[in-house]
Amino acid sequence: MSTKETQPVSPAPRHTGSARQSFGDTLLHGNEHAFAPRTLTAMQKLTLKYVVFGLIYYAFAAIEGMLMRINQVQPQELLFPERYYAMLTAHPLVGIFGSSYLIVFGAFTFLVPYLMAKPLWSYKVATWTLWLIVGGVFTFWLDGFISHYAPLYTLYWPLPADFSQFHPLSGAIFITGIALVMVGTGLFVLNVFRTIAYTPAGWEKQPSRELLTDALGLSTIGQWLRGRRLKAEHEHKTPLAVAAIARGTVDVAFNVAIILFTGVLILVYMVAKLTGHDLAHSAVDALLYKNWFWWGLDLIADGLVLVFVAGAWYLLAQLITGRPVFMATWARLALGVELVVSWTVWSHHLLSDQAQPAALKVGSGEMVTAFELITQGLAFFITLATLWQARPLEMTMPLRFLLGFALAVPAGIMQADAGLNRVLHNTQWVVGPHVHVAVLVGLTMTLYAAIYLLLPILTNGAKLWSERLGKVHFWLHLVGGIGMGAFMGMAGLQGMLRRTIYYDGEYTPYMWLAAVSGALLLAALACFLLNIVMTLGLKGAVGLFRRSELPVEQLVPAAGHD
Amino acid sequence: MVDSHTVLWGQTIVYTAYCLAILAVVEWFALRITTPADHPPKVPPRLFYSFVGLLVLIGVSLHIITFNTIPWVPDDLHGDSVQAARTYPIIVQDHRYVLPEQQLQVPCGQVVRFSVTSGDLTYGFGLFRSDNSMVTQMQVVPGHPNNLVWTFQKNGVYSIRSTEYSGPKGDAMIVKDAVKVTGCSVDDPYTTSAKG
Repeated sequence: MSTKETQPVSPAPRHTGSARQSFGDTLLHGNEHAFAPRTLTAMQKLTLKYVVFGLIYYAFAAIEGMLMRINQVQPQELLFPERYYAMLTAHPLVGIFGSSYLIVFGAFTFLVPYLMAKPLWSYKVATWTLWLIVGGVFTFWLDGFISHYAPLYTLYWPLPADFSQFHPLSGAIFITGIALVMVGTGLFVLNVFRTIAYTPAGWEKQPSRELLTDALGLSTIGQWLRGRRLKAEHEHKTPLAVAAIARGTVDVAFNVAIILFTGVLILVYMVAKLTGHDLAHSAVDALLYKNWFWWGLDLIADGLVLVFVAGAWYLLAQLITGRPVFMATWARLALGVELVVSWTVWSHHLLSDQAQPAALKVGSGEMVTAFELITQGLAFFITLATLWQARPLEMTMPLRFLLGFALAVPAGIMQADAGLNRVLHNTQWVVGPHVHVAVLVGLTMTLYAAIYLLLPILTNGAKLWSERLGKVHFWLHLVGGIGMGAFMGMAGLQGMLRRTIYYDGEYTPYMWLAAVSGALLLAALACFLLNIVMTLGLKGAVGLFRRSELPVEQLVPAAGHD
Repeated sequence: MVDSHTVLWGQTIVYTAYCLAILAVVEWFALRITTPADHPPKVPPRLFYSFVGLLVLIGVSLHIITFNTIPWVPDDLHGDSVQAARTYPIIVQDHRYVLPEQQLQVPCGQVVRFSVTSGDLTYGFGLFRSDNSMVTQMQVVPGHPNNLVWTFQKNGVYSIRSTEYSGPKGDAMIVKDAVKVTGCSVDDPYTTSAKG
């Protein structure tokens, strides 16, 4: 990213509050009355709405997670097995689609045009994306809550169409909710690529093809194949962060296609059942289904999340230090390799499937998966080196949260081993030190870093209410996230399965400790939400939902605008 | 004599050490980047390339080490061509295991094959000790052969438990004391004795 492309936005804050502002006044009007929603552009409001709904769904997932943690300490009558498993089905889907997707998509919908210094291709499409995902998530969550449809996110065939356990109508509504999310996600993909490539009205013709091939790394591959010198960072047509967003978005697109295809297949069985026809489950090969579905699902876990997170680290490191990324050419290369790797690693989910060919287990499941250690390790090193070269830095909230990663990928590499997977597959190890540490310590802390960093830009200078509360948020989240993953992992190494209720207190000490860690995570969220509400004020939060009077093409207010 | 217990304790030690090390590095890093540097801070490219080399070394050597130290891996990867002394056909249907005999009698030190077929859903097949630790497991996919080749080196009695979710009806898919291994010189200390 060249410096001319990162014009800092520094609207003048309106500090009209008194030196000792009362709690009630702050709660109503925000810290120092610095947040004035009427000054926000439509794009700023839209982005903040993505974040608000993303945080609401994060709270859904966190509360559900806490209830399940309690159930693992002592099975509760309230969570009779059907309700527990329905919660277990909804929890990751709400967390990923409802929270992570919304916050990430909102941030990228703002950042792509911001970094490309041009308007978003379509504000209307971005609005559709928001409401389709919000509505889709609420549809499948509510359906699961009421009907207890619980095939888990893995949907192993033919469980989603097992009508001896689930009503076809509840399944059809659930799958429709997922489909709405996928349609919204598809529109996000369209908006990202069109924004990179299009020519805004009245502008000089943009080199669409060059912009897209540069963002996707195709031009670099072409140069490399022709034996030409690779471009220096300043010669690229798209900033490094946009390249990361574009490459991660490729995986988003493939993922949409696979999930929609699978959803339609399941819907066919449900509609047939509702109309009085029983289709044979054997018409679909369960192992082939598992392969294609994991190929698509893995584009989230081992694809877009890793690519997006690496891109976010680079961008945050640049914004924090004001310096170019260390070894930027390698960073671009690693993003490209990660994208290709993400298409070829799915078989590590099938290391315990005996009918899966051994060549796929060793090749895709072990060897290619090990590349993730390298690509994520490079991203980790490059980010730290970028920060290091800017010493001394002030330990700000974004920097604090940015440093809380690097634990989850090696855990994943260990379980992606034929020998270890035999005793780790489907245990609490997988979902603790790998999944939850990756999501909570890797992804969520990166998102928190981004929110803290972008907050002044998106709010035209709102001032964080309490730095001290932010620090409490950081430590509670870090200790809770690592602690929960660690105690789940210890239970997993003792044989505790991830999708099983234990009725005889087999793992109670570990589950107590994991529950206490989960409580810390909830407390961290409460601190964060309180800090944000006190920063913006309740009136300010309501103001986000009022129409902006500024033109939708405008990302941030023009200098001097009040 | 390496079994799953040994492997998992080894992993616990290695991974705990890694986590403590990485936390210490990040803590040290956080302290250093907030203090002024004595001289202009520069990360030499050779450090970067060395780090890349280290990652490649770790990524590759993990699988080489486990292949050569975990005893079940070679049989596991070539399960179809391994001759088994005994085969135990097991059927899973309607969330129930149907065994060829009430308790499977397994000889020590011989290659045996658990051949499990599903009549409806995707299930799991895991063997567990009485302290709930896992001996081994596999997925049971309908419409496909699911063969687990294993050699037991310790006496003991093990339970079968589904290691895959198959809907709320599969909540308690457990067959207690379903497998009994005899004829070894040592007992598995973490499970019910085979003498009982």
